[in-house]
Amino acid sequence: MAFLKEFGSYLPAKVVSNDEIGAQVGCDAEWIRNVSGIEERRFAAEGETVCDMAVHAARDCMDRAGMALNEIKMLLVSSGSSERQFPGPAASVAKALGLHSIPAVDLPMASAGSLFGLSLAARLSESVGNILVIGSEKMSQIIERQPMERAVAILFGDGAGACLVTPNDGKAEVVDSALYSDGSFSEDLRVEFGAPLEMNGRSVILQATRKIPRAISDLLEKHNCGVSEIGTFLMHQANQNLIARIARALGVAEDRFYSNISRYGNTSSASMLIAAAEWSKAVGFEAGVPVCFAAFGAGFHWGALLVVGRA
Amino acid sequence: MNKRDQIIEIIRQVSGKNLTPAPDESLFESGMLDSFALTDLVTELENKFNLKIPDSALNPRKFDTVELIEQNLEEWGS
Repeated sequence: MAFLKEFGSYLPAKVVSNDEIGAQVGCDAEWIRNVSGIEERRFAAEGETVCDMAVHAARDCMDRAGMALNEIKMLLVSSGSSERQFPGPAASVAKALGLHSIPAVDLPMASAGSLFGLSLAARLSESVGNILVIGSEKMSQIIERQPMERAVAILFGDGAGACLVTPNDGKAEVVDSALYSDGSFSEDLRVEFGAPLEMNGRSVILQATRKIPRAISDLLEKHNCGVSEIGTFLMHQANQNLIARIARALGVAEDRFYSNISRYGNTSSASMLIAAAEWSKAVGFEAGVPVCFAAFGAGFHWGALLVVGRA
Repeated sequence: MNKRDQIIEIIRQVSGKNLTPAPDESLFESGMLDSFALTDLVTELENKFNLKIPDSALNPRKFDTVELIEQNLEEWGS
């Protein structure tokens, strides 16, 4: 068994409005809002790294859990925007947290990385112990590469989220997860070394609107859980219009999907955990009520994870 | 209504634009389809023509003109 003990998050202080980003790429604030649901996003300060943001989110999570950092027995750090090819941020995050002898594993996966991290942690925690999953992204350093592409620049923001997965106690019990990858579309969403982000938005949206609902439906069906039983969907915050399409495909109201994309934009692999941290603080799990996580990202990698709230 | 007219009717429905695209006119370049209207178009084509288009065949370029959609529907079994 595995449990979600607590969540944490970190958002940089600098707020970047649609007016500001629109002025750089030749579009207005309303157009950005219409095509994405985004009103503003956060950008990291100059010199603030993926590791720095991950450490903030990790400390927030452990503080909220009321646990000491040395109770973490493994780190899984997801990022598609880390500053160097290797080593990834995981070892630096462990060092910054004062953890010098635990395995710290990088998941270099944009968008879906934190979902994959949660799923792997749930499968490992019984033998490993407490596993801290972190998603941390500094997308601003990628989207500001020239030439800035309008369809890309308007979407992304920076931030970090975290979740502590434990083998024995938590706010929700992990029921099951389903992960998928299909490299056929790897060219449709990618960042080559030092280059701008390349995105075939039509292909990404087309595949995501089919694959995410199917992943969720298959997982729920496997556990005889109706879509209407799900209290809240906590999804990767990619685009509000995508969330609306997925809700429609599943036959549920859009407001059942927690959304903060208007304030933070798409923070890639950090977004689902940032959303979970906010939602759990404001609303939270209810005993016996299932909650469904889902994500989709470059690769393509996608999947869903089902948990049930505990008393 | 022939197949081409049915396709045009679906394009009008998902785009919300009462236009008649030429058979070889790019639906993306003309602004009739965006990324999200494309997903609705695929769903409506599957429903209307009672077929299931495999994910592996979902290349947006295959939906760029009425002509291409018509040709590809033949290939997908409609």
